[in-house]
Amino acid sequence: MTFRVGPRTNQIIAYTALLIMTVITIFVLFFIIGFILKNGLGQVSLKFLTERTTDMGKAGGIFPSILGTLFVTLLAIIIAAPIGVGSAVYLVEYTKAGFVRRIISFGADCLNGVPSIIFGLFGFIFFVITLNFGWSVLSGGLTLAVMILPTIIRTSEEAIKTVPRAYREISYSLGGGKLDTILKVVLPTALPGILTGVILGIGRAIGETAAVIFTAGSSLGLPTSIFSSTRTLAVHFYILAREGISMPKAYATATVLIIIILLINFIAYRLVHRFIARYY
Amino acid sequence: MIIETAKLNLYYGKFQALKNINLQIKRNLITGIIGPSGCGKSTLLRVFNRMNDLIENVRITGSVFFDKEDIYSPLYDIIMLRKRIGMVFQRPNAFPLSVFDNIAYGPRVWGMNDKMVLNEIVERSLTAVDLFNDLKDRLKTSALALSAEKQQRLCIARLLAVEPEVLLMDEPCSALDPIATGKIEELMQELKKRYTIIIVTHNMQQAARIADEVGFMLLGELIEFDSAKKIFTNPRDKRTFDYISGRFG
Repeated sequence: MTFRVGPRTNQIIAYTALLIMTVITIFVLFFIIGFILKNGLGQVSLKFLTERTTDMGKAGGIFPSILGTLFVTLLAIIIAAPIGVGSAVYLVEYTKAGFVRRIISFGADCLNGVPSIIFGLFGFIFFVITLNFGWSVLSGGLTLAVMILPTIIRTSEEAIKTVPRAYREISYSLGGGKLDTILKVVLPTALPGILTGVILGIGRAIGETAAVIFTAGSSLGLPTSIFSSTRTLAVHFYILAREGISMPKAYATATVLIIIILLINFIAYRLVHRFIARYY
Repeated sequence: MIIETAKLNLYYGKFQALKNINLQIKRNLITGIIGPSGCGKSTLLRVFNRMNDLIENVRITGSVFFDKEDIYSPLYDIIMLRKRIGMVFQRPNAFPLSVFDNIAYGPRVWGMNDKMVLNEIVERSLTAVDLFNDLKDRLKTSALALSAEKQQRLCIARLLAVEPEVLLMDEPCSALDPIATGKIEELMQELKKRYTIIIVTHNMQQAARIADEVGFMLLGELIEFDSAKKIFTNPRDKRTFDYISGRFG
């Protein structure tokens, strides 16, 4: 005997089930953020943000780590964004849709799924040891660049693909060459999508722990050059918590990290929307 | 004679889309190409500015002369060809840029960066399509905010900005309402004084209203080519007669 319910009841059950799932998702998100903020926000002060770290992190601030995070992430984006967007342009505009492009896209997707610790190991062996960059901002930035490259390539590729074919045709029909068309029509039109990819990349890079602990090191000194070893916020947080140095300081560091990531997302999306709103 | 084709055949892979086309387009006339959907009229239009080059697996035999030069000879400068033979597309496709930047696009591609000259070009091009008075205070706003008719006018202005000699129009009114269509047709009559126009349309009334000469195409063949008057009142071929009297298509 089968159990039957009317279509109306069916609707109600489906609606309730979906609603519960959504609520769970949002609850988890807000719970995590709320938990960290509750434990950490009280510790965050201007002094905490601007002072040097002392006593292994038990006392003092996190200024060196903020600076280190900034440098490593900035370096990663400066390297990965042009290479990623360039590769995407090449893939979409200069190769025929077919076997080779599929292989490359598949490769990028696979790289996206590789655990970050593998990138860390690679960065350690290649940048730190083989190229002898040591534990440094440079090694960390390069490793993160390699790690976020697939994200930037794939999102840029999708953004470039959605530029209407008509725009390209018009550009050609006005006597535009391929480069004109790419630089003046395709890229500006795809820019919001490309920026989204870059923002995702920044988000991943800034919060990354495993890949930088092996490559940027964990020095608490102020990073003064790209060859300085540095400890990013995420690594600092990990060490404080893992080694039981100071849970309050760990929460405070996590709070700062979360706020930075939220801020970057907020600003970036505002920028993208302002850009879109200008002409669309 | 500004454009002439001789024994022109075009294949998409194995499919033959144009069969032995021989036609002659006269300077400063409006030439209409009519025929049912899929007869190859848009393909033919795209032969003239080599737009078909962008599609893979296209093969062309025979020759196409523009100003007595074979545009399919290997040394022919395609970029220059596309500057001299411009195209208006079916849908009004303004770039997501400002009105000014849309029109300045072509000249900028051609290396013109002098602000004063660009201002002049934009004003002249917009005036030519009777849009300048309307838009002179809105040059910096998005072109996508304009109505479909104004966008299509803008697209024509964008084309005029590169100073072409021939305008290819691929069903330029198919996305417009009848009133807007009438206005674009008036504009075409005005443009005819300075440009040669080739228009593809499946709207026979439109061809009858504006074209001086008309070619009727069917299944990739040019069935008949003659003055509009002759085609619409006394066609030689029975298939042309059947089409213009609405038996098919």
